Amino acid sequence: MSTAVKTQKLTMVQAITDAMATMMREHDNVLVLGEDVGRNGGVFRATDGLQAEFGEKRVIDTPLAESGIIGTSIGLAMNGFRPIAEMQFFGFIYPAFNQIMTHASRIRSRTLGHFTVPMVIRAPFGAGVRAPEIHSDSVEALFTHMPGIKVVVPSNAYDAKGLLIASIEDSDPVLFLEPMRCYRSHKLEVPEEKYTVEIGKGARLQEGEDITLIAWGAMVDVVKKAAKEIEQAEGITCDVLDLRTLYPLDRDLISESVQKTGRGVIVHEAPGTGGVGNDVVSLINDTSFLHLRSPIKRVTGHDTPVPMFAIEDHYLPDAERVKQAIVDTVRF
Amino acid sequence: METQFPMKQILNEDGVVVNSEFENEMTESLTKELYIKMLRARMFDRKGVNLQRQGRIGTYVPFEGQEAAQVGSSLVLEEGDWMFPTYRDHAATLTYGHSARNLFLYWKGYPIGCVPPEGKNIFPPAVPIASQLLHATGTAWAEKMKGTDRGSIVYFGDGATSEGDFHEGLNFASVFNAPVVFFNQNNGFAISVPMEKQMKTKTIAQKAVAYDIPGVRIDGNDIFVVYFETKKAMEHARQGNGPTLIEAVTYRYGAHTTADDPSKYRDQEEAKRRRETTDPLLRLERYMANKGYFEEAWKTQVEEEITREIEQAVEDMEAFGPAEPTDMFTHVFQTPTWSVQDQLDGFKSRIKEEV
Ligand SMILES: Cc1ncc(C[n+]2csc(CCOP(=O)(O)OP(=O)(O)O)c2C)c(N)n1
Repeated sequence: MSTAVKTQKLTMVQAITDAMATMMREHDNVLVLGEDVGRNGGVFRATDGLQAEFGEKRVIDTPLAESGIIGTSIGLAMNGFRPIAEMQFFGFIYPAFNQIMTHASRIRSRTLGHFTVPMVIRAPFGAGVRAPEIHSDSVEALFTHMPGIKVVVPSNAYDAKGLLIASIEDSDPVLFLEPMRCYRSHKLEVPEEKYTVEIGKGARLQEGEDITLIAWGAMVDVVKKAAKEIEQAEGITCDVLDLRTLYPLDRDLISESVQKTGRGVIVHEAPGTGGVGNDVVSLINDTSFLHLRSPIKRVTGHDTPVPMFAIEDHYLPDAERVKQAIVDTVRF
Repeated sequence: METQFPMKQILNEDGVVVNSEFENEMTESLTKELYIKMLRARMFDRKGVNLQRQGRIGTYVPFEGQEAAQVGSSLVLEEGDWMFPTYRDHAATLTYGHSARNLFLYWKGYPIGCVPPEGKNIFPPAVPIASQLLHATGTAWAEKMKGTDRGSIVYFGDGATSEGDFHEGLNFASVFNAPVVFFNQNNGFAISVPMEKQMKTKTIAQKAVAYDIPGVRIDGNDIFVVYFETKKAMEHARQGNGPTLIEAVTYRYGAHTTADDPSKYRDQEEAKRRRETTDPLLRLERYMANKGYFEEAWKTQVEEEITREIEQAVEDMEAFGPAEPTDMFTHVFQTPTWSVQDQLDGFKSRIKEEV
């Protein structure tokens, strides 16, 4: 007999707050720091209420300096704390890039494990919310290219809580990217207690026979819509995967699905060149080449800066582009 | 330290002259020009907030209360000088000659909003905090190497002084003696974080000491002190004497942006009080009235002219037509790479199919 799990209906951003609160209640060494995270509760309210509950020493409004936030978090993490550092927007992580690349990601290997950096960097990211310039950048590939850091991207409330708790518990640095478009787009039943969703494991959202669709973050909803419409219009059924972690990729899930369907379309909003989609294609070549019935296609953002919002919809992949790619692939 | 950087003032809150250093230059015509420019900026700003509320533009970044700091400092620029604003500095860019239409288009999400009028070296608003200080130093350094007497002015907030780029900008400018004016608008807050939590120093001007450049602290709501001190700093730069850091202490009445709720972290009564005490326009009105040349009829006439100008800008913005999506591809490189070209071709054929 299973005991009923108590749940509550939460948006993704509420689930993220809940994950931090859950871990802070359990562990005194978990800290939250960043710009406006304290009194203001974060510009997206992701840290709302945390300072009231845990005080100014654990939920810290820092000076406005990303390199400072990450560099000092590295020191905190090396010396007994588990900092959760918020970047106000992913597009403002660039001043901290040096600290993440040259230190956070390689202190373990440089010291043969003598020092480690168990920290989480949270950042809202992605286009489609009419944010001003630079706020919408989707440059996850810069970080999957960085040895020594894990990259996690939830697309819904349940995964967000479980993945964030797993990230805080991880003994290595984790970049936790929060698609802004998903913050309040839907609510899910989320357990009130602590639980984890394993880093490195994707999710199969839907079973299908003809093609595998692979996405993460805000593109998951786009892909789900395309899959539904193409099934109704053409009778094509899709296996839909939400990768959830971009480094390390879920090799087993991707290859198992592609070996079943023999076809694949990868969808991401970041520019195509150098994008994470290319790693997925390469993984499929390595594991599943002889099962393929057509080349794997990618539907991506363009090799251009994310444009200002009057034209950003023309930048983002939409269900129409995904459906076209599905049809091209199936009829190859 | 604080006592070494006293706040300079020319007009006090009651509009009374407390420092006669520049009294000869405080002519009626200059005074009226400063007043008109500030009123224009304020009316532009209020229009921006209203347009956002009506959903005719996206998120807007208001500056009401900071008119003196921006107008007084930008009015000293000459053709060919360089200006590096942040997202909040429309009063400065408008005063230096940016078109109101393009400023509105910027907040409507149109890339053309970043394009300044021909001959005006106005950079697009810096979105990443403090990054523009180095560009100002670089362009100024270039002017120096080219042997001109032009310079740069760069705007930034109190929060910006925490970023590495602030320190690097000041240091480079100091080392290379670049003709740049670092114009800080200290409005007391970086979104929700008050100055006391941003830094331990009581003034921003004192940070100049570390770079061995002049640091000046001024009342940023007193347009005369802003105008004359910035002019001095710019002349100092033009004459080859290097950079100056100006801290203009000011106040912004409203939210950080139209997407922000200041009641979470700021005393709203303070904003109301400030409108009666430190307001830059009211102060100049009081001075002009004391001088005997402030008349309501004159103000009404000026307001009517400005209203016409701003309404025209809004009309032009709305008549502009849809933004051109292919701009996204055609301006990434001078000659598109094959990947950008392929993507552009694909984009065009998709658009054609849809039609
Ligand atoms: C590098 C970077 N980090 C964070 C942000 C988000 N952000 C925008 S404005 C702002 C506060 C800026 O405060 P201040 O420099 O005092 O200027 P003010 O807006 O008050 O004029 C922050 C944190 C940003 N734009 N750039």
